[in-house]
Amino acid sequence: MSTATPITRPRGHAVLRGLAELGSNVKLTSGLVLVLSLVALAVIGPLLVDTEMARPISAPTNRPPSPDYLLGTDGGGRDLLAVIIASTPQTLRLGLLAGLIGTVGGTFLGLVAGFFGGWLDRIISTATDVVLTIPPLAILLIVAASVRSVSVEMMAFIIAALAWMHPARSIRAQVLSLRERAYVEIARISGMGDLRIALFEVLPNLLPLIMSSFVAAVSGAILAALGLEALGFGPQDTPTLGMTVYWSLLYGAFGRNMWWWWAPPIVILAILFIGLFLISVGLDEAVNPRLRRQA
Amino acid sequence: MTWGYFFKRVGLFFVVVLTAMTVNFIIAHSVPGDPIGGVISQMTSRGGAVENADEIIASYRQRFGLDQPILIQYVVYVWNTLQFDLGTSIIYFPQSVTGSIVAALPWTIGLLLVATVIAFSCGSVIGAMLAWSGTPRLARALAPLLMIFSSIPYYLLALILLYVFAVWPNWFPLGGGYSSGTVIGFNPASLLDLAYHAVLPALSIVLAGLGFWALGMRGAMINVLGEDYLTLAEGEGLSRRRIFLAYGMRNAMLPQVTNLALSLGTIASGSVLVEVAFGYPGIGFLLYDALRASDYFMIQGICFVLVLTVALAVLVLDLIYPLIDPRIAHR
Amino acid sequence: MSEPLLKVRDLTVSYLIKGERGRAADNVSFDLHAGERLGIVGESGSGKSTLALALMRLHKPPARIEAGSAVLDGTDLLTLEGEALRRFRWSQISMIPQGAMNSLNPVMRIGVLMADPIRAHEKGWSGDRIRARVAETLESVGLNRSVADLYPHELSGGMKQRVCIALAIILKPKLIVADEPTSALDVVVQRKVIETLKDVQKQIGAGLIMIGHDMGLMAQSVDRLAVMYAGRLVENAPIRRFFRDPLHPYSQLLISSLPSPDEVREMKGIPGAQPSLFKLPSGCAFHPRCPAVQPRCKVEEPLSRSITAERDVACHLVSPETADV
Repeated sequence: MSTATPITRPRGHAVLRGLAELGSNVKLTSGLVLVLSLVALAVIGPLLVDTEMARPISAPTNRPPSPDYLLGTDGGGRDLLAVIIASTPQTLRLGLLAGLIGTVGGTFLGLVAGFFGGWLDRIISTATDVVLTIPPLAILLIVAASVRSVSVEMMAFIIAALAWMHPARSIRAQVLSLRERAYVEIARISGMGDLRIALFEVLPNLLPLIMSSFVAAVSGAILAALGLEALGFGPQDTPTLGMTVYWSLLYGAFGRNMWWWWAPPIVILAILFIGLFLISVGLDEAVNPRLRRQA
Repeated sequence: MTWGYFFKRVGLFFVVVLTAMTVNFIIAHSVPGDPIGGVISQMTSRGGAVENADEIIASYRQRFGLDQPILIQYVVYVWNTLQFDLGTSIIYFPQSVTGSIVAALPWTIGLLLVATVIAFSCGSVIGAMLAWSGTPRLARALAPLLMIFSSIPYYLLALILLYVFAVWPNWFPLGGGYSSGTVIGFNPASLLDLAYHAVLPALSIVLAGLGFWALGMRGAMINVLGEDYLTLAEGEGLSRRRIFLAYGMRNAMLPQVTNLALSLGTIASGSVLVEVAFGYPGIGFLLYDALRASDYFMIQGICFVLVLTVALAVLVLDLIYPLIDPRIAHR
Repeated sequence: MSEPLLKVRDLTVSYLIKGERGRAADNVSFDLHAGERLGIVGESGSGKSTLALALMRLHKPPARIEAGSAVLDGTDLLTLEGEALRRFRWSQISMIPQGAMNSLNPVMRIGVLMADPIRAHEKGWSGDRIRARVAETLESVGLNRSVADLYPHELSGGMKQRVCIALAIILKPKLIVADEPTSALDVVVQRKVIETLKDVQKQIGAGLIMIGHDMGLMAQSVDRLAVMYAGRLVENAPIRRFFRDPLHPYSQLLISSLPSPDEVREMKGIPGAQPSLFKLPSGCAFHPRCPAVQPRCKVEEPLSRSITAERDVACHLVSPETADV
C-alpha cells in the first residue's frame, strides 16, 4: 500500500547521519562502554602491573586476595591480577584477528556470490551450507589434537577458517536484494564495470551489515577459543582467560572454594560477551529502525 | 515436496559427512610421520608407558592399511567409517570407539533434545509476544534480561549455575548423570534421580538459548508485522488472537526454523562443553576424557559422530520445512 | 437525491514527523450514495492512499486523524474503537489493497483465507455454509471454485487481484474502498479486473471508492471523479461533466495531458512538481504551477464550494456565477 518511492542514492551523508544517530542508541553505547573498558584494561593494565608475575612460581601458591596480591594467587604460583592483566589482551587479540579474517573472507565471498550469481554463487553457497552444518568444535578439536602445541596466532587462523560462513551468508542475502535497487541499475546502464559497481555502489551500503557481522564474528571467535581452552587446548605458554578457567577447574578450585581463581576470568569474559552482544544488537537496531519500536 | 528438493537435501547430507571424513583424514595425515606411532609417542612423552603398544600398532597397520599408498588408505578409511568401524580406544584397548560412543550418546541426545525443544519453543513464543503490541509493557521489559543471558556462552553459564546452585548451597548434585550406586531402569526412583542430575545442565542450555530464540523470533515477527497481509487481516476485523497466531507467528516461524537448522552445529558444540562442566556422562565428557589422554581414535570417532548427528538433524529439519512453507514445496 | 450512504466531512489526516506536520488529507469532504462509484485521482504524494487507509482506520503512526467525520449509514467510523470497530470492519466497509502480491497470507490456502472473515463475523455458520459462500464468491469474480485449494503463490497477478476482490465482497459490505486495484497489472488484465469489480459491486449494491492515478481507467469505471492535489480535494464532479468541462485549472491540465488517439498534437505535461506535504506553498497549494494564477491565489486558500448541485470546486477563479455550466 505505498506510492512510488523516489530513487535515492545513499552515500556519504548516510554514514555521517548514521554516526549521529548511533550516539542516541542506548544498547550500542552501553555495549561500547563495556568493551572499551576491557580494552583499556588490556592496554593500560600492563603499564601498571608487572606481567612477569603471571608466570608460574612467581608468588606463593593458593593465597586468597590480600593487599600484596589483589586477586590472590593460584595453584601454580601465579599472581592472578597479573594473569588477568596479561591474558585479557591475548583474548582480545585473538578475537579481533580471527573476527577480522573471518569477516573479510566472508564478506568477499558473500559479495561475489550475491553479485555475480550463476555457478560461482552455487559453489560458494553450497560450500557455506556444508561447513555451516559441521559443528565448529569438531573440526577445531581434530586440528588441536593433531597439532602438538598451538600459539595464539595459529588459533586465530584456525578459528577464522570457521568464522566466515555467517558473514558470507548474510552479506550474500543483502547483496541479492540490493542488486535490484534502482541505483545499481543506473550504474550498470551508464556503463560502469561490474567490479566498480560492486566496490563503489554496493559495498558502502553493506557497511552496517559488515560491521554487525564483524562484531558477531569477534564474539564467535572468542567463543570458539573458549571452547578449545575449556578442554585444555589453548596456548600453554601465554596466559589466556579460558586457559585460566581450565587450570582452575583442573586443580579443583571449585571444590576448594578458591573463587578468586576462576571468578575473575569468568566475569571478564561475561562482560566481554555481553558488551559485544549489546553492540551487535545496537547496530542491528540502528540499521533497521523498526526494531527500535519496543524496549 | 518435489523429488528434486528431496535429493538435493539428502545429497547435501552426504556431502557434509564426506567432507567431514575427508577433512579428518587430511588433518590426520598432514602431521608428519605415522599417525599411530606419532600418537603413541605423544602419549608416552606425556608420561607413562602405553601397554600393548606393539599390538595396537600392528592391528592398526593391518586395519587401516598404513603401508599402502595414501589413496588406498583413504578408501579404506571411508569404507570403515561408513560401517561405523571407528577403531579402538588406545587407552582402553580393546574397547571399541563405537561401543563407547553408543553408551554415551543417549545421554547427550536426551539432554540436548529436551533442552533445545524447551528453549526453542519457549523462546519463540516469548519472542513473538515481545514484538506484539498486545503484550503488556511489563512483560516486554523482560527482554533486556533475556538478551543478557543469551549472550553468555553455554560453558560460562554452566559454571556460574554450578557454583550458584550446587557448590554454594548444595541444592543440586555437583555433576554426573546419576548418583553412584543407583541402578538405571524405568522405575520412578531412578528416573527422578536422572532428572535431578539433569536439571542444571539442561538449565544451562535452556537459559543460554532462550534469549537467542526470543530475539530471533522478535526480529522475524517485527518484519512480518510490517507486511501487507497483516494490515489486511487487521482491516478484515479478525480477532487479535487469530492474527497473532495464523498471520503473524505462522509466518515468523519460517526464518526461525531456518535459524534452528543453522545453529544446530553451534548448539551441539556448546552442549559438549556443558557436559564437561557437569561431568555429565554424554559424548562431551567422553570427548574430554579422550582429549586429556590423547586417545586419538576416540577423538576422531566422537567428532565424526558429532558431525553426523548434527547433519542428520539438519536434514530432518530441511525435510520438514516444506511442510510449513508451501512455497518451497512446489519448487 | 436520496440520503448518501457515506458522508465525509472535513476529514483531516496528518503526518507528524520530528515536529513537522504534513497534511495528507486537508478538510476533505464528499458524499457517496449506495451503488455509486467515486474515483479519487491524484499524483503520487497527493495523499490519496492515506485517505483510503484512514477510512479503514488502518493508518499507522506517524499518520494521525486530526479532525473530521466519516458517517457510514449513521455510524461515524472515525470514532469506533475496540470490539465495535472490529465488528464494523469488513462487514460494513472493506478494502481492496494496492498490492495483491503481498496482501494474501502466503502460508494459507485461498479457501481458508476467505473463510477467516466469515468466521470472525458470523458465528454459527456451519463449515459447509462457509465453503459454499467462498465458492460462490470466487465464481462471482470469474474464478473457478477450485482456486480455494490453492496457495497464493500458485496464482497469477490477475487471479490474485480477483481473490482480493472476492475477499472484499465476501460479507457483502456497504462500502468498498479500492486502492489502486490494478496498478500492478498489465493493461489487458486491468480491464478485466475492473469489469469484474464493477459487476460484483453492482450485484451487492455497495458504494465504491476507487483510488488511482490512471485517468483513462477512471473514465471507464466511475460515476463521479474527485481530484486531489496536495491533500486537498480540488474538484468533485460527475464523470462525463468532468471530462467535457473541467473547471479547476489542475483538472484542465490533467485532461489536456492525456494522449488522444484522434488528435495529433504536442504532448503536454504539467510543469513543475507536486509540493511536499510538509512544505506547502501559501494560499492555494497549486498556485506555483497554475497557468491562471492571480495575486489572491498566493495568499488566500480557496475553500471548496458548490458550483452546481453536483459539482464542487476549490478555486478562486471558479464561482457559480462565472462557471459556464
